[in-house]
Amino acid sequence: MSVDLSLLPDGGVGWLDASGRYADIVLSTRIRLARNVEGYAFTGRARDGERLRVLAQVRDAVTAVPAMHESVMYRLDELPPTSRALLHERHLVSKELAGLNVQHPLRTGAAVFLADGLGLMVNEEDHLRLQSLRSGFALQEAFAAIDKLDRDLGARLPYSFHEEFGFLTACPTNVGTGLRGSVLIHLPGLVLTKEISKVLNSLQQMGLTYRGLYGEGSEVVGNFFQISNQTTLGRSEEELLDQLLRVVGHVVEREAEARRVLLRDAGYIIEDKLWRAYGTLRYARSLTFDEAMNYLSGVRLAVGLKLITSLSVYTLNKLLIFSQAAHLAFAEGRALTESETNLARARYVRKALEEEAGSVG
Amino acid sequence: MLCDSCHERDAVVHLTTIENNAVHQLHLCERCAAERGVETTVATPKHPLGEFLHDVQQQVALAGTDSTRCSFCNTSMADFRATGLWGCARCYSNFEGPIRELLRRVQGSHRHVGRAYHPPMTETLERATMLGELKERLRRAIESEQFELAADLRDKIKVME
Repeated sequence: MSVDLSLLPDGGVGWLDASGRYADIVLSTRIRLARNVEGYAFTGRARDGERLRVLAQVRDAVTAVPAMHESVMYRLDELPPTSRALLHERHLVSKELAGLNVQHPLRTGAAVFLADGLGLMVNEEDHLRLQSLRSGFALQEAFAAIDKLDRDLGARLPYSFHEEFGFLTACPTNVGTGLRGSVLIHLPGLVLTKEISKVLNSLQQMGLTYRGLYGEGSEVVGNFFQISNQTTLGRSEEELLDQLLRVVGHVVEREAEARRVLLRDAGYIIEDKLWRAYGTLRYARSLTFDEAMNYLSGVRLAVGLKLITSLSVYTLNKLLIFSQAAHLAFAEGRALTESETNLARARYVRKALEEEAGSVG
Repeated sequence: MLCDSCHERDAVVHLTTIENNAVHQLHLCERCAAERGVETTVATPKHPLGEFLHDVQQQVALAGTDSTRCSFCNTSMADFRATGLWGCARCYSNFEGPIRELLRRVQGSHRHVGRAYHPPMTETLERATMLGELKERLRRAIESEQFELAADLRDKIKVME
């Protein structure tokens, strides 16, 4: 059985539509809550039967939650690796839940419920990982949606909760609110002006942390950073998000300022560099993932600086997702070797840019 | 604690070495550590959990709680150290003291001030949860051959059913 993504509203990637605030700098906002169901060992310690009972109990509760009425459920443990990779590349499930991580083999009972902008992973590191995903910089909206889902689910499922420690999680770094807010942000200006290390250092002093495109353990490619709260305990949900909101707002301002400085002080060098990136994407015959990400970063900056005006941020967002290995293999309808993937990637990017090229230049 | 080498400055580097299956602990100040070629800049783990596990290691050495096991899921401190994960919600009560201390270090606080939560507890649900829990504990007791405990649990289940 393979996964039918057409069942999902917007294919699960509505957050790519670049409709949110500061969409040329901030790709998306994600908030997740970690919860466990009372009465069972946590996922890592639970046996197959326990995890299946957790899933059954969650399933019952989900049917009674309005926001999840139209949701689609995928049993990861019944999907082939290619389909699981597809869901992961769309940021709909974690690498761990998809069983794509060497340290975490696929678990019996691993499942995900997906609705418009909302997700519910079952039998991840915690029994439940609720997710809310929004285009652009939208922490409040994302929180409103997930808080509602959390309260509705929590009224039907007994969560593990401790008077002093709050919501209990397998990993002590998530305990308390269980809340991790993260903003996926594109910072080429700060990288090019070499301001980035200062900014990243100050993040850490403010109790925030950063990761790459795919969260924990992933590398920073294409100047994309995920900024999120480091701690989950000792401050309320609102305080945690407020801090993130203020600091990311400040980072967005610094990025905008860095871009202005670049244009003012090194206008033609930057312009040349970015057009070369566009030229490479437009005509290259083979592209590795990292290459594609780096050139896409350049083109995204060119669009943000209005040097290229006929390309939409939406197209660039789609390229980020659809030029990944599992998506290319899916489009070709077969497994691809690494070099075939690089060829297919270049072909895909070329075609997408050609379609929008029209009056570019 | 003073440096094991110069006995003058405070020890800031705690070096654990294993030689011929014997574990040696050496506490050094920054200068003596540098003299012995111990790189101190990488001594601080960057990942928050790295620090956390480091702390756990120290904590365990002090408290000697390594053999205590969670009554529900059988997780021990050693298990936690190996995985960085607790086994169940009950672990938070069973290891409450060390957990409080560790949360203070890794999260900067041990007190939840976010939203309060009361699980839905209708009578049937409460009974079902308790029964489920008892059955789960029974299964574990049998697995770990704790037969006296198992008999006790079986009686409790009988009463509830």
